[in-house]
Amino acid sequence: MEVELAQSKEPVIWMLFSAGGMISAMVFPVLLLITGFLLPFEIAGDGTFERIHVALKHPLIKLILFFVISLPFFHWAHRFRFTLVDIGLKHVSLMITVCCYGGAILGSILTIIVLWNI
Amino acid sequence: MASGRTYIWKRGISVSESIELEIFRYCPEKDAEPLFKSYQVPFREDWVVLDAINYIKDELDGTLSYRWSCRMGVCGSCGMMVNGEPKLTCSAFLRDYSSGKIRVEPLQGFPVLRDLVFQMDDFINKLTEVKPYILRNENGEKQVEEGEYLQSPAQLAKYKQYTLCINCMLCYSACPIYALDSEFVGPAAIALAQRYNMDSRDQGRKQRQEVIAGHEGIWQCTFVGECSVVCPKNVDPAAAIQRAKVSSTMDFFKGIITLGSKE
Repeated sequence: MEVELAQSKEPVIWMLFSAGGMISAMVFPVLLLITGFLLPFEIAGDGTFERIHVALKHPLIKLILFFVISLPFFHWAHRFRFTLVDIGLKHVSLMITVCCYGGAILGSILTIIVLWNI
Repeated sequence: MASGRTYIWKRGISVSESIELEIFRYCPEKDAEPLFKSYQVPFREDWVVLDAINYIKDELDGTLSYRWSCRMGVCGSCGMMVNGEPKLTCSAFLRDYSSGKIRVEPLQGFPVLRDLVFQMDDFINKLTEVKPYILRNENGEKQVEEGEYLQSPAQLAKYKQYTLCINCMLCYSACPIYALDSEFVGPAAIALAQRYNMDSRDQGRKQRQEVIAGHEGIWQCTFVGECSVVCPKNVDPAAAIQRAKVSSTMDFFKGIITLGSKE
């Protein structure tokens, strides 16, 4: 029973975690460069922000952005859950699990709302 | 040759006559708490920590208890904490510890029986649980007259690295997860399970999954990677665990695709 539970739940969580980690490692540096330097310092030229904003209205871009934003939430949730358990909060591990992954789900819902309204 | 001592200058290491070893001592019948005892041991360029401990046992204090056997990094018996790091004492040279003082303790994370000897039952039980031997399905065993199970060099290469494990338990001692939760199956046992899972002659993966993919198995590992850092045989248990996570995740999705159809 315990094995079945672990086999059914953990692989999904772990896959979301590793996908989120991959995205944070590969996409975030580029996004930071764009949104942190190129746009505010207007290095990429005038009108770049507007062009990006228009591109964001495309459903495919929205879908990609959804994964880029929501999967790292799950990466955080998994990492943070184990960090809290490892610093000695194992006795409240169920609450930690619910809060962490719940937070990630909430973040994903907010992402959908924000993307929808662009 | 002239009488007296001749010093040979080697590799820029200064030659001091002796080195201090601080050894963890604990005798459950006598001591309420463990204590450290210092011994002066001759410093020799080609001595390892185990040589120094053997010197203490033979010349200074015969009551010291510790495990050792092969002296060549094969048996995996002489693992101890050397200056706070899990090491095979037969491969830890005195000359690499320049501080002039070496602290030797039993491998951390295990119950101490006496001095440097710790209880290894937990690891042995875990090792047994993962069935580290070739398993065949029922009626899957070849008859003798049918010949050997052939294996190509490529098939051998898939798991060979994991066969190098000598069960020295340094990885358990280094693992922060095991230190917090001793129920965790742990690095070496999972690496050995992986060794047999990836062996083309083996059919026992499903049986091992019950231990490996359960709550105290691979999912407990947070990929700290210390197990692979301390491994004296470069088995890389951390990689074995991550690969087991990938294949268990694949299992799960295969299970969804073939929903309802039980194997």
